[in-house]
Amino acid sequence: MKSKQKNKLAGLQRRKAIAGYLFISPFIIGFLVFMMKPFFQSLYMSFCEVQLGAGSFVQIWNGITNYKFAFLVDPEFNRLLVEELSRMIVYSLAIIVFSFFVSLILNQKFHGRALVRAIFFLPVILSSGVIIGLESNNQLMATLEATIEQSAQGVSITAGLESILRTAGVGVRAYEKVFEVIDNIYDVAIASGIQIIIFLSGLQTISSSMYEAADIEGCTKWESLWKITFPMISSLFLVNWIYTVVDFCMRSDNQVIKKIQTVMIDQQQYGNASAMSWIYFLIVLAFVGLTSLLISKRVYYYD
Amino acid sequence: MTKTKTKTIVDQEGRADYYSLGFWERNRLSGGYVLKKKVMDIGVSIVRFILLFGMCFMILQPILNKISVSFMTEKDLYNPIVISIPEHFSTEFYQLAAELMNYSKSLVNSLVVSFTIALLQITVCTLVGYGFARFEFPLKKMWFAFVILVILIPPQTIASSLHLHFKFFDILGLFRLLTGDYVNLRGSALPYYLMSAGCMGLKNGLYIYMIRQFFRNIPGDLEEAAYVDGCGMLKTFVRIMLPEGKPILTSCFLFAFVWQWTDGFYSKMFLGKVSLLSVQLSRIVDSLGAYVQRINGVKTTISVAYSNAVLSTGTLMIIMPLIILYLFAQRAFVESISSTGIKM
Repeated sequence: MKSKQKNKLAGLQRRKAIAGYLFISPFIIGFLVFMMKPFFQSLYMSFCEVQLGAGSFVQIWNGITNYKFAFLVDPEFNRLLVEELSRMIVYSLAIIVFSFFVSLILNQKFHGRALVRAIFFLPVILSSGVIIGLESNNQLMATLEATIEQSAQGVSITAGLESILRTAGVGVRAYEKVFEVIDNIYDVAIASGIQIIIFLSGLQTISSSMYEAADIEGCTKWESLWKITFPMISSLFLVNWIYTVVDFCMRSDNQVIKKIQTVMIDQQQYGNASAMSWIYFLIVLAFVGLTSLLISKRVYYYD
Repeated sequence: MTKTKTKTIVDQEGRADYYSLGFWERNRLSGGYVLKKKVMDIGVSIVRFILLFGMCFMILQPILNKISVSFMTEKDLYNPIVISIPEHFSTEFYQLAAELMNYSKSLVNSLVVSFTIALLQITVCTLVGYGFARFEFPLKKMWFAFVILVILIPPQTIASSLHLHFKFFDILGLFRLLTGDYVNLRGSALPYYLMSAGCMGLKNGLYIYMIRQFFRNIPGDLEEAAYVDGCGMLKTFVRIMLPEGKPILTSCFLFAFVWQWTDGFYSKMFLGKVSLLSVQLSRIVDSLGAYVQRINGVKTTISVAYSNAVLSTGTLMIIMPLIILYLFAQRAFVESISSTGIKM
């Protein structure tokens, strides 16, 4: 009797397991057909010289020549890689801070909140796909900016502050980074549409009774920000950090991506392009892994 | 006089009386707290207004700028006095950009492609997300790790290989056996539809993740009740869980639509022969050059201001349908996703 009951339970579990597999089967098929093969093929290709012939292509094993080419022969790749990575670190940090700040404001109650939220959602459209690439190399804007800077010397507040801080001589490089971000605040705002929404959704799940309790105990707003809000949505910092870094790496105005595409599509050097993208992918993966390990140690889970 | 006032405070049922007191009276009774709070509130809302106004302006300014440029004539572009309001109002840039982008045809193509792709992707991602959220099966952790991997791998990494994969497309050597040659799927839209059906389209990992988080938060009782009443797994999903998941599905659909609409990477790669707005926009300056050359018969350099005016008009024309869609779906976009409460 008992074993029969157990069997029945196992049967239900098995049926559920089968149903589960049926539900995720599109993903499994898609992953195996479109991801697995290209993934390993591109890994293999990065160690090969690929020759395109009529009707077929030939891969000739040539060891790490492509990697050597990327690092030692190609004149731009190293420079672009370092530039993009340092840009990524600075901007991702700025985006996280900015979106956290904005979502804190947007979560408050005030008149016209719906309108402001709608405007802050526009970046999701503006930062996607080809539009961001067009924005970033807008020559007219660049020339306009240059003219304005020439004609209005010293008017800019940030430039004035920067020159004051520069004379202090301490941590000049750090200041420069900060001011670079402030000068490009539009890029930061444009890139943080999704992050703001994720933070907002997290903020709305925090129950107000916590704040009330803290308020009654004599906790100031500033303290409850760090003691309640921050820990409660700390897991979303992890999500947003990963999303931001990945998003930054995939943007079409990314110099490394542009380089890879030129090598692949215009110059038809599939081997070199694969090697370059693998180098890039591994560096980004290592970076994401390391940083998310660091963050996840500090993440607080409510349950 | 004061005696009666203090009495109203002590009185348990006299709350309404307390509120009917004057502001200063209440302030005095609370020992200055009411005034302090009021001043703080006003200060906070002023600071908040300034901040939000500045940031909203920053986001809107490029769009407003584009709108003003797009209505100018060529003369106005070089006129230093004209900054934001055109002196000679005209729609010539719109006509030019529409002709260069082959607008009406591209618009229809873009609409069809974005709509079908978004629909396909969200349908499949919903199934997968639901599967991950509601069922226990062996190796679930591993497959979910693969979903995360799909989110993390930039499509560029596997791009070169996919390129060849579809250039010499074959299923287990079947086509080669029948026709003696590989099938070249490059340039047709089919590969991208196949990829979308397999959750490998643009940002599909993210949709799976979001939908999974949503379904995880729905209490299991509904489902259990349906099972007890003899409802099958598929029927439960369609009849009970899908209506529940409407908000997240709408916003994911809109995300998919918007991202597909503006996507340059996959469009260039797989849909190269289909004329889409995003691809047309990315080469509008080149087509302008070709257009001018065709008219003049000689290669002429086009001024930066002119080509940029055409470019910003083109950008406006490509985001305009999205903004219209956005205005209609604003609630679904902003409110529903906030209410999903993504939890990690």
